[in-house]
Amino acid sequence: MNLLMMLATTRRVLDQLRHDHRSVALILVVPALLLTAVYFLFENETLPPGVPRTFDRVGLMMLAIFPFVVMFLVTSITMLRERTSGTLERLLTTPIHKADLLFGYGLAFSIMAALQSLVATAVAYWIFGLDIKGSPWLVVLIAVINAVLGVALGLFCSAFARTEFQAVQFMPVVVVPQILLCGLFVARDRMNEVLEAVSNVLPLTFSVDALQEIAANADATGQLWQDAVVMLVIVLGVLVLASLTLRRRTA
Amino acid sequence: MSHAAAATSTIPGSKAAVVTRGLRVTRGKVPVLRGLDFSIPTGRITGLLGPSGSGKTTLMRAIVGVQRLSSGSVEVLGLPAGHPTLRHQVGYVTQSPSVYPDLTVEANVRYFGAMHSKGRAEVAEAIAAVGLEAQARQKTADLSGGQLSRVSLACALVAHPTLLVLDEPTVGLDPVLRADLWERFRSMAESGTTLLVSSHVMEEASHCGSLLLLREGLLLAQLTPQELSQRGHSADLERAFLLIIQNAEDGSAGSPGTVPPQAGQVPESHSTPESHQTPESTVRS
Repeated sequence: MNLLMMLATTRRVLDQLRHDHRSVALILVVPALLLTAVYFLFENETLPPGVPRTFDRVGLMMLAIFPFVVMFLVTSITMLRERTSGTLERLLTTPIHKADLLFGYGLAFSIMAALQSLVATAVAYWIFGLDIKGSPWLVVLIAVINAVLGVALGLFCSAFARTEFQAVQFMPVVVVPQILLCGLFVARDRMNEVLEAVSNVLPLTFSVDALQEIAANADATGQLWQDAVVMLVIVLGVLVLASLTLRRRTA
Repeated sequence: MSHAAAATSTIPGSKAAVVTRGLRVTRGKVPVLRGLDFSIPTGRITGLLGPSGSGKTTLMRAIVGVQRLSSGSVEVLGLPAGHPTLRHQVGYVTQSPSVYPDLTVEANVRYFGAMHSKGRAEVAEAIAAVGLEAQARQKTADLSGGQLSRVSLACALVAHPTLLVLDEPTVGLDPVLRADLWERFRSMAESGTTLLVSSHVMEEASHCGSLLLLREGLLLAQLTPQELSQRGHSADLERAFLLIIQNAEDGSAGSPGTVPPQAGQVPESHSTPESHQTPESTVRS
């Protein structure tokens, strides 16, 4: 592991993104726009007094899901390009360590994810009055961990795609089940046993749980940190798996 | 295959940068390299020549250490190919330019330079070496094909490798640039760098100190350009190569349908007007 090579990789990935104004705009603006749509979807709901708005529940979860989905897509395509263009093979003939490359990618996209969730959280908080007890900074933190999860899964899945078309097809396989089962649509304790068991081991579940902890408590709870740690462990595990797909020597 | 190792000329007085022993590579079920034994001298330009499909790229990949071998061994600078230490010493430029099209020329060279702890000065030097100073701040995607492959070359030069492996580096370059590059390769070799340069254009062979002639995964001969023209009875290295191939085919029993060669004459089936440009079009089997 070499910090300079990792940071050079981070700089290079951000440099590539910087030249792509459209992607940067999409990354930063789209989640905020979708959040706006969610707000107006539930604008006219009538609630008995004391019951939280649907936006406070759904909007909050969206803040965690966006960076996950976006970073999964961005990373799997970028990494696939790296594999097919020959730059990956070339890089692996240099002294760079696989971890430098993977963590370099992780750091670059985490920075993008942090910016993205700052914009989305700010919109949710200040414009639409998102009502949560905990600190919005904790929401941003969970969003960034989610983004890194998306990066790790994207790096890993790119190994199983030969074309960008295939890479996009991994989204319904990897991302959609997690969104369905994370507790966004149906509370997890009301799922049947099989689905709940699956839900229990999916990484996104932990982030939704963490966000619910933030929403319900003014201060960071032990459960919140536990969720965060579990997610980080999953991220590291997936990154290790991803590093196994980077082979210096091929047939 | 009696012709495989025939007339291997070794260059005395220099330590070998690359030594292969019984090198075999099979891709899928197709044998690509079928037992290669040779050594590449240090501090010289060695040309790797042969028609497309002869295994040039696979051989280069094996030397760089990214190719899985079926059997045999490749030793580079005294270490097994692919050894971590060699990553600091071996530069590899693939046939299709492997650079980031969405970065500027400078950013590309800077990134690959960072892998070898090279700074601003070396980056500028590498860009100058390939004559792209004026394009340094342009996005690589906006460059021409020839410029693109020079960016790729600069990304290898920046590391100052001891052994530089170049897969068809002059394809798509105009004659002036090609001459410039060969001049640069020569001065690199003079300062001690070992270069292995593949080409399917035989006229480039004259720039090399030593030649490896590869055909269908076998080493046809290792010789100097002078020896090539002597053995092929032609000052035209292209014709000389064709004749050597022809002789090799006659030497091996299992090639029915080959016409007996007449000295210095290109075989009939190869005499289409374009065929004198590249052996690729003529000797593909």
